[in-house]
Amino acid sequence: MKTNDVIIQFTTKIVFFIIFFFSIHIFLAGHYTPGGGFVGGLLTSSAIVLLVLAFDLNTVRKVLPINYTYLTAIGLLLALATAAFPMFVGKPFFTHFFDYFDLPLLGKQSLHTAMLFDSGVYLVVVGVTMTIIQTIGEDE
Amino acid sequence: MLQVLYIFIPMLAAIFVPLLYKSIKNIHTGWFVLAVPATLAIIYASYIGKVADGKVFLEELPWIPSLDISVVSYLDGLSLLFSLLITGIGSLVVLYSIFYLDKHKEKLHNFYVYLLLFMTAMLGVVQSDHLITLYFFWELTSISSFLLIGYWYARDASRFGALKSMMITVGGGLMMLGGFILLYLMGGTYSIRELIVMAPSLVQHPLFTWSLVLILLGAFTKSAQFPFYIWLPDAMEAPTPVSAYLHSATMVKAGIYLVARFTPIFAVSELWVWLVTSVGILTLFWGSFFAIKQTDLKGILAFSTVSQLGLIMSLLGASALAFHGNGTTDTIKFAAFAAIFHLINHATFKGSLFMIAGIVDHETGTRDIRKLGGLMSIMPLSFTVAAIGSLSMAGLPPFNGFLSKEMFLTAMLALQNFDFLGFETWGALFPIVAWIASIFTFVYSFYFVFRTFTGTYKPEKLPHKPHEAPIGMLISPMILAALVVTIFFIPNLVGDTFVKPAVQAIQPFLYDSPKDIDIHVAAWHGEITPELVMTFGIVIVGVLLFVALPKWQVIYQRFPKSLTLNNAYDKIMLGLDVGLNRVSRLYMTGSMRHYLLYMFSSIAAIVIGSLFVKNAFTVSFQDISPIRPYEIILVVVLVIGTAITILAKSRLTAIIGLGAVGYTVALFFVIFNAPDLALTQLVIETISVALFLLAFYHLPKLGKREERMRFQLNRAIVSVAVGVMVTLVALSAHSQKLIPTISKYYEETVYSKAGGGNIVNVILVDYRGFDTLFEITVLAIAGMAILAMIKLRMNRKEKTHENK
Repeated sequence: MKTNDVIIQFTTKIVFFIIFFFSIHIFLAGHYTPGGGFVGGLLTSSAIVLLVLAFDLNTVRKVLPINYTYLTAIGLLLALATAAFPMFVGKPFFTHFFDYFDLPLLGKQSLHTAMLFDSGVYLVVVGVTMTIIQTIGEDE
Repeated sequence: MLQVLYIFIPMLAAIFVPLLYKSIKNIHTGWFVLAVPATLAIIYASYIGKVADGKVFLEELPWIPSLDISVVSYLDGLSLLFSLLITGIGSLVVLYSIFYLDKHKEKLHNFYVYLLLFMTAMLGVVQSDHLITLYFFWELTSISSFLLIGYWYARDASRFGALKSMMITVGGGLMMLGGFILLYLMGGTYSIRELIVMAPSLVQHPLFTWSLVLILLGAFTKSAQFPFYIWLPDAMEAPTPVSAYLHSATMVKAGIYLVARFTPIFAVSELWVWLVTSVGILTLFWGSFFAIKQTDLKGILAFSTVSQLGLIMSLLGASALAFHGNGTTDTIKFAAFAAIFHLINHATFKGSLFMIAGIVDHETGTRDIRKLGGLMSIMPLSFTVAAIGSLSMAGLPPFNGFLSKEMFLTAMLALQNFDFLGFETWGALFPIVAWIASIFTFVYSFYFVFRTFTGTYKPEKLPHKPHEAPIGMLISPMILAALVVTIFFIPNLVGDTFVKPAVQAIQPFLYDSPKDIDIHVAAWHGEITPELVMTFGIVIVGVLLFVALPKWQVIYQRFPKSLTLNNAYDKIMLGLDVGLNRVSRLYMTGSMRHYLLYMFSSIAAIVIGSLFVKNAFTVSFQDISPIRPYEIILVVVLVIGTAITILAKSRLTAIIGLGAVGYTVALFFVIFNAPDLALTQLVIETISVALFLLAFYHLPKLGKREERMRFQLNRAIVSVAVGVMVTLVALSAHSQKLIPTISKYYEETVYSKAGGGNIVNVILVDYRGFDTLFEITVLAIAGMAILAMIKLRMNRKEKTHENK
């Protein structure tokens, strides 16, 4: 069956970026306002899923040549490394550090090791969701 | 720091072994490995002088300070002696293995990694003063032994032997852990030194006997005592260097070490004396008697090892009598000395004999004694070494075995003079059994050497044409054989440097320093002693029995096979295997519905049951917000959505129904002011609907069974129970006010301590970061599992295509 999906494909090209940047925003803002790595990761995945629905798996794989299994592993390692890092400076496992900095353009911002841990969460969520969707979607 | 580090040097070196093996093909990897035990042997040798003066060295490296667990290296006479044996014999074995294992055919990187791992484990066992780390290293020796026995893993017998040794020694190790924990409960410390000081007060404790028995089980399984010895003969499937090292010189002596180390704690107990002495002497007899039945060279040596370990064990049991005050006679002091002395001697002669057995195997292609014979003229050097080792084992002069066997007999004769702990009636049995066992020892020693090297030469039965082994292979056994002779002529030097400091560690209350031990070893005491008479008896009867061996060896065939311990082990393992399989097949039906039924019914039963038992159900109508019209509408939508999902006749309708339920729940979060949850729920719902759409094409149509679902009472009960459970828990969770909620704490600290503003996210990444870490790990595992399941299935499909 041949379907006419010009409209959805065209909209997707724009909406994808909106969702993606929104997900990044939600992820970064998470420590002070609703959001965080988990939701951010899910939103990113949903953006990619939208691409998959509008086009197809092979096209998306060409556009985003990411090995999601590696992505999961990298995320897990990042989370674990952030948690384990304090042990090497004599602090208990999972101690977080934060401070406030004046950054150019952005003004006063807080920088937090929890963000690194959250990035791990973000990557794992994207990796696992996409791994599942890709493997099930590919399976003929 | 350095002293603890020495323990781990072999393990650290093991990291480089695979690299060396892969990159340098021309040189046998063993040459690099040899440097490790050799260096350590030199390092430990530098301690000898100070330790012989009675000094001890202690170093502690905290491992888990909050649990009071640390890695301790404690070097006194006993642990230094063992450390020297481990590194010294280790060097010789590695040297031997270089010629034994072919560098092109064998997986050397595996072999040496396991061997180095074992070295660290064994050094850890003998140097640990901390019970928990001792246990840790103890099990590590079992694991490395498992890997080494199973080194030729393509052979069934290797795998069987590896598993058997693992089962028995790890089982014993677990018992021992129980004993250690009881000791900790009694004494409040994990340190063996501190427990020894406390020993007099521990005896009265009700747990004392339990701890004693459990620790002895650990020692007996490891040191192959009756009836646990059955793993050792099967362990002979390992490459011969391993048998010489682990299964004769070091690992099997870990149990001996343990008994020696714990003697100051447990020796005051009558049970300890009896258990250790009688199990030891029974093992000595049993091992020596059944050694003659064996036809495999290594089998004879395995049973001989079992028997000799029993001898040392019984001596340690006798040495515990020295703790029983008034009855201490001078002669019983010999026991501890004889035990350690024989331990050294055994390592030398048994090590060399194993290496010779390996050489015979290597050069002729068989270890079956029925096919061997007359090799003396072909392999004269091997024969000389074998003769020295065997005659020492038989207890003849001028070899070191003669000296320690004399002392053993002295100690056993002394037992009959004791008039307490029941020794007045049973004590006389010990020298008799010891004497009979020594006769069989004599016979199997002769059997081993003369059946192999003398008699008729049967070249037609040998797979290879035999010739003398390469000189490199002979170096190690020759060094050991030279030691066998040397020790006979300088026993007191060995005694002062190695044995006496170790004896002091076994009997710390008797002597202030090793120099106070007034034992002088002599081959000839200037008169005809009872021991000498016994030795003459052993030689005469032994020779007669050896000559008549073909006539009486048939009695071994008379023992019914069904009554052997091996058969019992096989039956138990088979029974467990079959029985447990049957049990799991009862409930693992493969049907997802059954599994869900088990899970839901058990969780409902457990939760409702504990609510009932603890009387925990409470309802309070305080703090309840009014029900607004929004909520009523949402609940109605929720109920309709759920009903549609269950009753739908097609999958598409069910998916839409489920989606409606999910979005309605998200709306609930919105009106209850939980934006984080609402956001997450919405995205999850969207993605899972998309996932369903992807999977939709692949799912089969709903079957007839699903279309016309009959009412099933048990499922209805389970569903209602789960619903009731959730409702009760929700009501109780809201109503209980025993503990103030933690949200206050979060509110106060979220900005000041955690540097954040959104409590939900700060909980996820900081307050309860551990949870999140494990959750994402589980998530990753689930993802990999789905990937594996689908990909593996695809692979199988592809394969069937290929077959077509």
